[in-house]
Amino acid sequence: MTQVDIPASVPAQSSPHAEAERKWTDFFTFNSDHKVIGIQYLVTSFVFYLIGGALATAIRTELATPPSDFVSPDFYNGMLTLHGTIMIFLWVVPAGAGLANYLIPLMIGAKDMAFPKINALAFWMIVAGGALLLSSFWLETPQSGWTSYPPLSLVSGKVGEGIWIFSLLILGTSSILGALNFVVTIIKMRVPSMGIYQMPLFCWSMLAAGLLILTGTPVLAGALILLAFDLLAGTAFFNPTGGGDPVVYQHMFWFYSHPAVYIMILPLFGAISEILPVHSRKPIFGYRAIAYSSMIISFLGLIVWAHHMFTSGTPAWLRMFFMIATMIIAVPTGIKVFGWLATIWGGKIQLNSAMLFALGFIATFVIGGITGVMIASVPFDIHVHDTYFIVAHIHYVLFGGSVFGIYAALYHWFPKMTGRMMNETWGRIHFGLTFVGMNLTFMPMHELGLLGMNRRVAMYDPRFADLNVLCTIGSYILAVSTVPFIVNALWSWFKGKLAGDNPWNALTLEWQTTSPPAIENFEGVPVLTTGPYDYGKTNEALESPSTDTPVLSS
Amino acid sequence: MLAGIALTLVSLWYGQNHGLLPVAASNEALLVDGLFNTMMTISIGLFLLVEGVLIIAIFRFRRAKDDTTDGPDIDGNIPLEIVWTGIPAVIVLVIGVYSFDVYSQMGGFDPNAAGDPAVTQVAMTGEGEYGAPLMNGSNPHGGHHHMALGIGASPEKAGQMADLTVDVMGLQYAWIFTYPETGIISGELHVPQGKDVRLKLKAQDVIHAFWLPEFRLKQDAIPGRDSELRFTPTRAGDYPVICAELCGAYHGSMVTRMYVDTPEEFEAWKQQQIASRPDINEVIASLDRPRTDVDYLTPYADDMGLEPEMLRSLHESHTGAEVLTQSL
Ligand code: HEM
Ligand SMILES: [Cu+2]
Ligand SMILES: [Cu+2]
Repeated sequence: MTQVDIPASVPAQSSPHAEAERKWTDFFTFNSDHKVIGIQYLVTSFVFYLIGGALATAIRTELATPPSDFVSPDFYNGMLTLHGTIMIFLWVVPAGAGLANYLIPLMIGAKDMAFPKINALAFWMIVAGGALLLSSFWLETPQSGWTSYPPLSLVSGKVGEGIWIFSLLILGTSSILGALNFVVTIIKMRVPSMGIYQMPLFCWSMLAAGLLILTGTPVLAGALILLAFDLLAGTAFFNPTGGGDPVVYQHMFWFYSHPAVYIMILPLFGAISEILPVHSRKPIFGYRAIAYSSMIISFLGLIVWAHHMFTSGTPAWLRMFFMIATMIIAVPTGIKVFGWLATIWGGKIQLNSAMLFALGFIATFVIGGITGVMIASVPFDIHVHDTYFIVAHIHYVLFGGSVFGIYAALYHWFPKMTGRMMNETWGRIHFGLTFVGMNLTFMPMHELGLLGMNRRVAMYDPRFADLNVLCTIGSYILAVSTVPFIVNALWSWFKGKLAGDNPWNALTLEWQTTSPPAIENFEGVPVLTTGPYDYGKTNEALESPSTDTPVLSS
Repeated sequence: MLAGIALTLVSLWYGQNHGLLPVAASNEALLVDGLFNTMMTISIGLFLLVEGVLIIAIFRFRRAKDDTTDGPDIDGNIPLEIVWTGIPAVIVLVIGVYSFDVYSQMGGFDPNAAGDPAVTQVAMTGEGEYGAPLMNGSNPHGGHHHMALGIGASPEKAGQMADLTVDVMGLQYAWIFTYPETGIISGELHVPQGKDVRLKLKAQDVIHAFWLPEFRLKQDAIPGRDSELRFTPTRAGDYPVICAELCGAYHGSMVTRMYVDTPEEFEAWKQQQIASRPDINEVIASLDRPRTDVDYLTPYADDMGLEPEMLRSLHESHTGAEVLTQSL
């Protein structure tokens, strides 16, 4: 099979074109190499993940007991707002952008992104926006939730709210610049032998996510700018005191922020579609269906936003329209899940850390998908909207989905990025703790919401105390679970077993170059000799991973 | 096959016996519960199917240590893909139609819900009036018209007056209930069992959401807009009333109770309220509202159009009562 057909070439380091060497200092500069930028994104967003996670642990500590006794209620709302904002805009979204930056050019055989300078700018805007947001810890925290609905956001502190708005404007602009790069690169820069249907599914999902970012984010920016006017200049676009309409803000906000949930999950849908075939040694099941479903999700994602407003100022016929549209999204989502199950079914599964997280992704994401359809149903959502049931839903999709997906991707592509393997034992411990902690933290929240516990509260009815203790214990397990990962990643980066070019015997292009890839990615223009998922297409035995795997020739 | 039957039976059983919901205190709540049970049945089936396939695959299709060959070259199956596109499509269609029906029976389509649904401008008209949303009806010249906001009369009661109408005002961090017919003002809601009750929701400062978990009802109270909830409580008892929309630091403490009284109890409560006729200031002072002092209100003064004297007078009375009294 595959590798055998490919003529061997000399390792990149000894080639005359590769005299440029990667220096570690590159990672701290305005560097336009997509691989540097990708790693910058991933490491930076992981640091923000730790900050957001520390806030989550503090939030759960407050909620371990019914009264407000750990921090002041104002600061509680500050932590809540920063937790949500950081996790979304500084962790999941940029982590997806990091994977996209690192992988897209390698997967399509390009030397870099279409606009490398803009790409670097987009990354450094994340740092700027993130630093601005964190400065609110010392100045004044924003306290009106990551949704920041007026009029509350107009009366809970100008400084904190102002910081929040401008930080988000910077992060949103960064996201737009990044998306521009992804879309143009995917469409324009594939090697000539790669038709759109030979493209790895990760690229399809990034195409879908990029289009969503380009459509949705400007509307968010519009909402934020108007909100800033209301806040700082005393206008009344959304302020009812002057005749403004706060519901208009909600429409504009969700016009972006519903697509944002797909912006956060689509890259990981793509990553899972890459990881499962490799570690099951079987082609992806239904390539076209999975590719199209990304595009359909992306389109439908644009016309369902008001499902976040079923109990707000939304008239009946709109409630019904958005209910039906939302439910339909379950169909393309289902196509993906069933396609993944059919991919591993009958394969030869290797249960390593990457695969564990990928399977964990399916196991937990499906719960979030199911509750998604439930809360799309207006009569039921009227009961659970703004309760812990919603908190459970969002964490099953965003933690069970996006975060598990990011971990799966990190374990899977770590050897490519660093040239070294991660430790499997610690990877499995990490998975075990994360899986148990995640379910213990978020499963009981479904019941809390159904029973009557509202979200975003610092104090609650004592009859909810027991279930909350479970959630808090779970969150501590989650906090601990990151330790084995951090130690493993740091240790393996410097001391891990050498990976070789293609330790998983994968077929996509990024594995056909050296690990880590040379600065110009490939020797010349790589030529496709196989589809991205042609596992088992011939009966030849796999090359054993330890032998020198030849790379693509020019 | 056997597994399929077992899965169906387990789903059907659990869908009816999950015991996850609190008591249902109205007929509408029972409708929502029926919908939820149906969704649970389907969900459990789907959940078991997916997790079952995952677990079986992990055990059955593990790669042997020394096996370096690939799996079978199967990259799709059109009929199968049609099946798993078609079945979910039918399922969501069924749930969609069922939800539509429940929503309609609850009164979601009552065109008269929320009375005059015009957007009311929150007035800041001249001296003596304070920038609270207009509490006494809506502005007849107000903006464009919206359809019903909230849940109105169920189809059988369409066009009829409710047996009891209560004005509900949400403010940081309390609910104030005014009974227009009797002039009763209370921090707790009393309603007669078996009667058609209509709540007219308004918000004084920021958005709040009026939630009755045991009635499966929720509606945002939005400054400058009216909304409503209409229902018939069938089960006597007292139930929590919860604010579900983040409304500030003490959002979590914005709770009160709704008492569903028998008609006699309700009559007695009414008489007693009328006899004692607590002043609005007393009502508000009696509410468990944290930190209603000047410090706390100062940042809001601007936005609410409060005069400095107002704040000073607040200081004396210790509460936000004046604001409310003025606008009542
Ligand atoms: C089958 C697919 C899905 C459906 C039908 C669905 C449906 C919904 C609905 C109706 C709501 C609003 C509920 C409410 O607030 O009352 C909601 C909330 C939410 N969903 Fe989903 N969802 C799906 C998948 C996802 C995915 C993939 C993500 C992210 C990865 C996601 C993230 C969220 C978030 C963050 C919220 C809460 C936003 C907030 O109020 O703060 N959902 N979902
Ligand atoms: Cu949404
Ligand atoms: Cu409230």
